[in-house]
Amino acid sequence: MLRYRRPAPGTQPELLHPAYVSSIKRAPTQPLIQLPHTLSETTGPSFSKEVVPPKGFDLTRQHKGEPLGERIVVSGRLMDEDGRPAAHSLVEIWQANAAGRYLHKADQHDAPLDPNFTGMGQTLTDAEGRYRFVTIRPGAYPWRNHYNAWRPRHIHFSVFGPAFATRLVTQMYFPGDPLLEFDPIYNSVPVESARKRLISIFDWATTTPEIALGFRFDIVLRGRNATPMER
Amino acid sequence: MGGETTPSQTVGPYFSIGLGWLNRGDLAHGASGGERVTIRGRILDGEGQPVPDACLEIWQADADGKYAGPGDSQETSPAQGFLGFGRIPTNDRGEFSFTTIKPGSVPGPDGLPQAPHLEISVFMRGLLRRLVTRLYFPNDPANPEDHVLNLVPAGRRATLIARPFAGDPHILEWDIRLQGEHETVFFEC
Repeated sequence: MLRYRRPAPGTQPELLHPAYVSSIKRAPTQPLIQLPHTLSETTGPSFSKEVVPPKGFDLTRQHKGEPLGERIVVSGRLMDEDGRPAAHSLVEIWQANAAGRYLHKADQHDAPLDPNFTGMGQTLTDAEGRYRFVTIRPGAYPWRNHYNAWRPRHIHFSVFGPAFATRLVTQMYFPGDPLLEFDPIYNSVPVESARKRLISIFDWATTTPEIALGFRFDIVLRGRNATPMER
Repeated sequence: MGGETTPSQTVGPYFSIGLGWLNRGDLAHGASGGERVTIRGRILDGEGQPVPDACLEIWQADADGKYAGPGDSQETSPAQGFLGFGRIPTNDRGEFSFTTIKPGSVPGPDGLPQAPHLEISVFMRGLLRRLVTRLYFPNDPANPEDHVLNLVPAGRRATLIARPFAGDPHILEWDIRLQGEHETVFFEC
């Protein structure tokens, strides 16, 4: 029976991270129970080309005009810990606009909405697990977690991979952002080397002359156990 | 290539922008048979307050116990058009509702059958990782032998079993309590 490896200690956030205030009343208090990997966990939904809008990868072409802000290309590979690509797999993103405002009724930040930017995208990876989005660099924005709290610029990513067990939602950050040091969500990952995997890499190879800077963000899903015994 | 698994981060408060396009509360669509049920409930936080900004994802087999995804090596085919996946947000009152068919039994550890169940991921602001739970069906004769239910302390098992709704046999009620006396059982998947 196929099984997925458990993450190494400290490489995923704890559910209760008091510096992130919203976790205090929402994180379960009882210990989690280890779920054996049965067919229910080793299968997962797959989404066809018919479901995913063909232009969902380009967030700068969803309205009449172009959104304001710095155009960027965000690309990478979706693969597992053993380098096995997650082919034809759904990737969804959402983000703030260049001014740091989300198109959402709950976002009351006093920054302008952009009539030419929704901030949502979706695509399928190719046979090698590669994906590519064209978007604008999101702005930082204040939130009320603590005094003078600002979220670093980030793009939300939602991926499925091959199984229920590989489902992952995360956030991509930008290199050199001075706000990372102060962000409780980014810092909820205890091990620094794991945390840093959330930061994209500036990428000459996808930087497009006269058009856009490129950022690379590879997403790694859990690897599979070769043996049926769980260590 | 490869390396260690990318860390999870919260969906935050604005996930409907990116995830709402796939909201889908009718999982029965495309099913060729099976007993239709509507499952409804609320998500409650540590103070008993409803959670209006959460989202559930359901993954389930069809009435014959077959999963629609590519990973199911059982020899039967899933019902044509049956996806087995649903994404359901909570509303302003922290309520959710979806309609589906009761799945069949799927093999568990050592090939023994599992009791019919739904796999459920829970996402919301405040959760740095998704929560994983299961929903089981009331009075199913296979529940007492279910391997996963039997991993759960007896006093907490009831949090995983939906309750029949008096007055309509096709409605089940099931609340998710994040904390407190009747905290729902969550799994490390």
